Amino acid sequence: MNEVIKVGMAALAVCNADDAITTLGLGSCIGIAIRDPATGIGGLVHIMLPDSTEIRNNENRLKFADTGIEDLVKEVVKKGANRSRLVAKIAGGAQMFAFGGKSDLIRVGERNALASKKKLNELKIPILAEDTGETYGRTVIFYPKTGDYVIRSVGMPEKVI
Amino acid sequence: MKDLSMEQITNQYLDVLKELGNIGAGNATTALAQMIGCKVDMSVPQVKLLEFSELGAMVGGEEQLMVGIYLQVEGDIEGSMMFILEKSSAAHLVNKLMCGMLGVTNEEIINHEFGEMECSAMKEVGNIITGAYLNALSSLTNLKIYPSIPQLGIDMAGALLSVPAIEFGLFADKILLVQTQFSDDIELDGYFILIPDMESYEKILTALGVM
Repeated sequence: MNEVIKVGMAALAVCNADDAITTLGLGSCIGIAIRDPATGIGGLVHIMLPDSTEIRNNENRLKFADTGIEDLVKEVVKKGANRSRLVAKIAGGAQMFAFGGKSDLIRVGERNALASKKKLNELKIPILAEDTGETYGRTVIFYPKTGDYVIRSVGMPEKVI
Repeated sequence: MKDLSMEQITNQYLDVLKELGNIGAGNATTALAQMIGCKVDMSVPQVKLLEFSELGAMVGGEEQLMVGIYLQVEGDIEGSMMFILEKSSAAHLVNKLMCGMLGVTNEEIINHEFGEMECSAMKEVGNIITGAYLNALSSLTNLKIYPSIPQLGIDMAGALLSVPAIEFGLFADKILLVQTQFSDDIELDGYFILIPDMESYEKILTALGVM
């Protein structure tokens, strides 16, 4: 492996089979990882909110599940992935505190997960695995060559989905 | 003024918001000193407007283990507030508050696990610190501000901070952070994040006579 690319909130990255992509400390956000198994080209987007159409301030496309996933697909295809072969895995969407802020933010983690799945279904990208919900943060590392999505949380054994 | 964006507000009024953060954090420090019964020094708070992606690095890395106190704010302004500090600092504060009852040295405290008693004590610390901060804001602006019961979270910085970041995300692409360094025997970094909705920003600035 050559490089592990780090992705922050409301950002995305794409890479070749030899590299990996990580995003650290996912809370209520979601890390959506997609790849083309034949070429090993993949990408990951770190979204924060479910739906760009619900909010007036929606110029930052990577902030939202719907537009973020659209852009991610565009970028991996540009990198050389085959659109029809794409598969996805998702992680995150925790509820970090018992209440979630203003009423439109209640269960934002869960709504992020639902919105991500809805968008992937719309785009006919199969979801092979997911690790969402619960009440703890996750650090994820995605290896597009094998499709392994490694998840680390505080005080828990590492898992691979 | 209804269409004011977060960007405009912070560019024009960053000094005012800085001063608010300054006074709030100062009040919180005094409250902290009274609670743990010793002198607490405070550095001049840094007020920063950060991109979401910069947030984790700012507080010592996204995977830094931290304790977050999160509460709702109601009354004349609406929104929420978070106070976040490193877990080892939190353990140190809790130990002070409980007069050393944790029975561990300052070196051991880094790995101290939080049980029910520690969490309860930390909630109280958070309650008093955030209460003092909001009190300062309330008396400066003459606005009624009612905080809710605080919630406690212990997790990676990135995961805890995703909560206020998402709230800011509803109307902005940046997040306003007040960093304060407290010190008694050891130095501890604490961060305040106040998240009023856009309307409340206008109310605060109007109440201060700058808008």
